[in-house]
Amino acid sequence: MTLSESAAAPADEVVLEAVGLTKHFPVRKRLRDLFSRTPAVVHAVDDVSFALHRGRVTALVGESGSGKSTVARLLAQIYPRTAGDIRLHGTSTRVRGGRPFRSYVRRVQLILQDPFASLNPVHTVRYHLTRSLRIHRNAGRSAEDLDKALANLLTRVSLAPPERYLDAFPHELSGGQRQRVAIARALGADPEVLLADEPVSMLDVSIRLGVLNLLQDLKERLNLAILYITHDIASARYFADETIVMYAGRMVEGGDSETVTQNPAHPYTRLLTESAPDPERITGDGAGAGIDEAAGKDRGQGEPPSLISPPAGCRFHPRCPHAMRRCTADVPPRLTVGDRPGHWTACWLYDPATVAADAPGSAAPDADPAVPPPPALVEREDTATLGEAR
Amino acid sequence: MRDPVLEIRGLRVDYGLGDAAVHAVRDVDLTLHRGEVLGLAGESGSGKSTLAYGLTRLLPPPGVISGGEVVYHPVDGPPVDVLSLSPARLRAFRWADTSIVFQGAMNSLNPVHRISTQLLDVIKAHEPRSAAAARLARARDLLRLVGISADRLESYPHQLSGGMRQRVMIAMALALEPQVVIMDEPTTALDVVMQRQILGQLAELRQRLGFAVLFITHDLSLLVEFSDRIAIMYGGRIVEEAPAADLYRRALHPYTDGLLHSFPALRGARRELTGIPGSPPDLRAMPTGCAFHPRCPRAFTPCDTDVPPLGRPADAPGRDVACWLHPVAEPVPR
Repeated sequence: MTLSESAAAPADEVVLEAVGLTKHFPVRKRLRDLFSRTPAVVHAVDDVSFALHRGRVTALVGESGSGKSTVARLLAQIYPRTAGDIRLHGTSTRVRGGRPFRSYVRRVQLILQDPFASLNPVHTVRYHLTRSLRIHRNAGRSAEDLDKALANLLTRVSLAPPERYLDAFPHELSGGQRQRVAIARALGADPEVLLADEPVSMLDVSIRLGVLNLLQDLKERLNLAILYITHDIASARYFADETIVMYAGRMVEGGDSETVTQNPAHPYTRLLTESAPDPERITGDGAGAGIDEAAGKDRGQGEPPSLISPPAGCRFHPRCPHAMRRCTADVPPRLTVGDRPGHWTACWLYDPATVAADAPGSAAPDADPAVPPPPALVEREDTATLGEAR
Repeated sequence: MRDPVLEIRGLRVDYGLGDAAVHAVRDVDLTLHRGEVLGLAGESGSGKSTLAYGLTRLLPPPGVISGGEVVYHPVDGPPVDVLSLSPARLRAFRWADTSIVFQGAMNSLNPVHRISTQLLDVIKAHEPRSAAAARLARARDLLRLVGISADRLESYPHQLSGGMRQRVMIAMALALEPQVVIMDEPTTALDVVMQRQILGQLAELRQRLGFAVLFITHDLSLLVEFSDRIAIMYGGRIVEEAPAADLYRRALHPYTDGLLHSFPALRGARRELTGIPGSPPDLRAMPTGCAFHPRCPRAFTPCDTDVPPLGRPADAPGRDVACWLHPVAEPVPR
């Protein structure tokens, strides 16, 4: 097995790229819909573009239903896409099964959330790994080669000694060990890209870190490009180089992880970071003071919208305390925030012309004044236009 | 504030009988005070849910309570021994005095009945003589209490979002104004934004109604922020108990310390995360001595032979720990 043959390629090279990726799921037609021209669809993913770089981790953060898992399945080509493009090393790829699909998954592997469901309970670890090696022609020519490859895989995911785990059934392993086997199975294909769909959310807190550290270590040693999908924005800060935030099927913010988590620009990202549990918020006596403070802060924030008929314009505008008239009509493009290179957000608040013409908060009568305005607004607080609006 | 509402003394819960029994909860002592939020944290298999089901006598077979006592102190009247209640008394005690919000409560509603039917059923069962109109008014009030408009009363569960269903469950748990509400991972299935909304609401309700909460979760970062005191469970025993802020600032038990260094922080300096090596113990083959010693970075001589008792260590007054690194100065007065 030559798992590191691709390591010679230059670092930071774009391996897999999503360009305007869109996925709509059809909704079952009811009788009264028979005569309507436009079929109802769930807008699961709309216009998502990003690139995965060799040796880098990109995190995709969002609530459940935001379309982040659909993105992973689109990239793995399990679902056909509705529109947009997937480029592997710059070449557009669309595979529907058979040999082209096999040669695609050889390079792009998916790790699923639940290691209790993704391993077959009636087969041993040896079977799972052997299949992966055989299918992707990494098993070698002889039985010794296979044994060596199996031991190699298990050692890579820190399941040592390999003999102890090879003939174990999934039920004999703990959650963390099972997820390691699932990762080893993905590595059996010798991939360039790992798509990890919530790889640690089913695991115990004390185990999670070990699996994340393993992925980090693999990224460095094998120079893998990793897409890390999570709902836990704190773990994205810890583990990913770059973070992208999704809301209701669209990307709302992106940039390097430290900037996105520490200086969130989009109102949704700000809501997300403020909602995350934060032990530092406890006060001196610890007598539940943290709760009351938090309770006053986020009231009436609503819920994610229906994706069958998503709101026009920015999909966050019904919940946004700073919504303007333009937000209800036009989809915001990617706008640079300007505090750090590469930090962008899809929010009209960062378009000076719109803010000048429109009053932030005008379309949100019951806006919560306790939520502070985004930094871009604070900067222009002294200008006359905004002073009037308030 | 400091008088107890629920006292658990030496509770033992087994699964199975005789030699084949698995000891899921071992000699747990825990006191819930009036109006406080007590957090109970632990990994899966640490016995935290079993403890909750044990003390409410909801344990399905083969679960057996093999020892200990659970004492409930009503606002007025003599203490009640929960474990020896007759079936009729137990039925009255449940929900009226102690209610429970189950793990995955989103799926605990009956999908073929309206919310109103299910809410009214609770009130009707416990107060059969109340007038129908009064019950309906009460159900409306309950929904408003948890921030759902009263006209959703006639909805079916599938017409509500996950967060709303969860709030209906909380409303149902509060229907009879119990003194104790047990919440078993109530927000695990929800998004962080919804989680914060519901917990904020819960804190507000607690302030207003004055019930005590036993909050069970595996998410220690959540507990540090939301509870008054925290008890940490490992391998069926409580290994540390302390006020939330003290526990966060200075964890005494190496397991607690490991847990605190397992979750990445969103704010503050990026600290080095260590995690805990190894995996949780198998309840069928528990290590001798302290259950944590095979994973403990600071294990020494007595750890693998003697079980450390839970008690006040000499070097940290006001909190309890079960670890040989902090020998007990005085046994816990209970």
